[in-house]
Amino acid sequence: MATIPVRATPIGGVSRVARRGYRIVADVPSIPLSMLAILAFVAIFAPVIAPHGKLMPVKPTPEQCQAKFGMANCPYIDNVPPFWATGGTVETPLGTDFLGRDVLSRLMYGARISLVVALTGTLFAGVIGTLLGVLAGYLGKWWDQVIMRVTDAWLTLPSLVFAILLSSVRGPGLWNVVLILALVFWSRYSRAVRGEVLALRERDFVKLAEINGIGKLTIIFHHLVPNVMNTVMVLFSLQVGVAVIIEASLSFLGVGVPPPEPSWGLMMAQERDSLMDGKWWLAVFPGIGITMLVLSANMLGDWLRVRLDPQLRNR
Amino acid sequence: MRKYILLRAFYSLITLWLLVTIIFGMVRLTGDPIQMKGEVGADTVYLEELKKRWGLDRAFHQQYVGFIGNLLRGDFGHSFEKSLPVRDIYFERLPNSLKLGFAAFVISIVLGVPLGMLSAVKINSWWDNAGKMVALLGLSMPGFFVGMVLIIIFGVELRWLPVLGKGRSAFVGSDPSTWVAFWFRDWSHLVMPAFALGWYFSGAMLRITRSGMLDVLGSDYIKLVRLKGVPERMVVAKHALKNSMIPVLTFAGLNLLIMVNVAVVIEVIFNWPGVGQLLYDGLSNRDFPMVQGVVLMSGLMIVVLNFTIDVLYGYVDPRIRLSR
Repeated sequence: MATIPVRATPIGGVSRVARRGYRIVADVPSIPLSMLAILAFVAIFAPVIAPHGKLMPVKPTPEQCQAKFGMANCPYIDNVPPFWATGGTVETPLGTDFLGRDVLSRLMYGARISLVVALTGTLFAGVIGTLLGVLAGYLGKWWDQVIMRVTDAWLTLPSLVFAILLSSVRGPGLWNVVLILALVFWSRYSRAVRGEVLALRERDFVKLAEINGIGKLTIIFHHLVPNVMNTVMVLFSLQVGVAVIIEASLSFLGVGVPPPEPSWGLMMAQERDSLMDGKWWLAVFPGIGITMLVLSANMLGDWLRVRLDPQLRNR
Repeated sequence: MRKYILLRAFYSLITLWLLVTIIFGMVRLTGDPIQMKGEVGADTVYLEELKKRWGLDRAFHQQYVGFIGNLLRGDFGHSFEKSLPVRDIYFERLPNSLKLGFAAFVISIVLGVPLGMLSAVKINSWWDNAGKMVALLGLSMPGFFVGMVLIIIFGVELRWLPVLGKGRSAFVGSDPSTWVAFWFRDWSHLVMPAFALGWYFSGAMLRITRSGMLDVLGSDYIKLVRLKGVPERMVVAKHALKNSMIPVLTFAGLNLLIMVNVAVVIEVIFNWPGVGQLLYDGLSNRDFPMVQGVVLMSGLMIVVLNFTIDVLYGYVDPRIRLSR
């Protein structure tokens, strides 16, 4: 007698979902994400959590003025060491710079500049590069030749050298740096995206779309662009780190974000002389900020690369 | 083979021409060198004169033709600040940059290649993790930060190494006695800037070495060698090493040139009188021809090197030679 098998009750239920969720969470790289989260939090809420302003010197108490200058009143006290060194106060935990401004507050506002400039610059570069790469790969023929030759020529110059050339005619300015980053970095995307599209173009879903008479524009934006997003995201996260370093370098050379804005690179440049007097903290703290940001972006990028490219998973 | 070389040369020329065109176009589209030179409220007569002097008053295509013509004659413009041809200033500084670049190159190889090998051979071991950390830190700590930390530790606190300049030895083209001595003198001045510059590239070298070695170790001929019972040490040292070095050496050659050209910030920190400092001086003096000249030279160097690498690859590997 044939029995109708009773459908097995699903094993786990809620716990299975939980286990799966846990596996996803456990796989996420917690170190870079938490570092990025802290930096982003500091950047967004800088005006709220910063103990002092970014541009105005910290107002010293009469006792401090008395101790340093022998007067009851002084506008500011410069080069106060961090709180653990002798002469440091908890009022300014990381000390003050050459104009008596609070280093910690300026670092917090500096995170803002680094993040905004690097993210928007890389984003613009990504949009331009992805579109050109898709065009070159999909339309082929002359489009491909022209776009790829230009891309190759563009890739020849080291990015820092190219950025310096552009900044020499653009001058300092926050949005100038964004523009320069976009102009320098798009070629990295178009190169990689074109390769992807060349393979995608031969796939069945693109062929079928073509047979169905779907327009080229729709194919590009509906079928090709979503499929190259993995590559673009990996490149994006890896490029953000480079962009942060380029922004810091340009600011260091005096053609990036202009003073008195607290860009990390600029802060390091301004304290080059005090380095020799043994006031190491002024140059080291912004450097640590840059390293933290770039390190977490790079770690995230590496993780994404391995995650999205199964061939690399065991590498 | 000759056809291959000619084709590569043709491609290189096209790249060079495009590069020159891009530089010309980007500079004129994104900004105005005159505006950068003249401060706000500068005399208009003076600005007009500047315009004439740089030929910026002519039509766009005339400027372009003149620009290309000058380059073909080897004229990279006239420095505004120093009233000398950019080319002369550049070649006077180049030996210093090469010295720094070579030292950084050696450091990047000494740090990167052995650790990369170890990471690949002992994959997923403690060594591999250490290698990954070094590579990550190398790529994440900007060279100028490393340089500043070095200055603080070895220059200011310990007072072991000089922090500024390149020492007294100079490379003089007309005096052959300086040609060799220049390279071997004043090493104490060289150590810190070379390390700061080589640091970033050692991370990159490590990654390239590791992945190159992994590729080779996974290939069929290595499997065969292992099947024959050759001890693992010999497999790595004798059979895998040579082949895994091909991509590493190509990359290293390119790196050397890039190091010569991107040392700007390092040269500024250590006051090293190389071409990077010319770039910086050009920036701060608003000496646009200087900046443009240095950039053009670095583009030219890299295109020539790429061409050389292509030709060498063609000799080594027939598949590349015959593919196009």
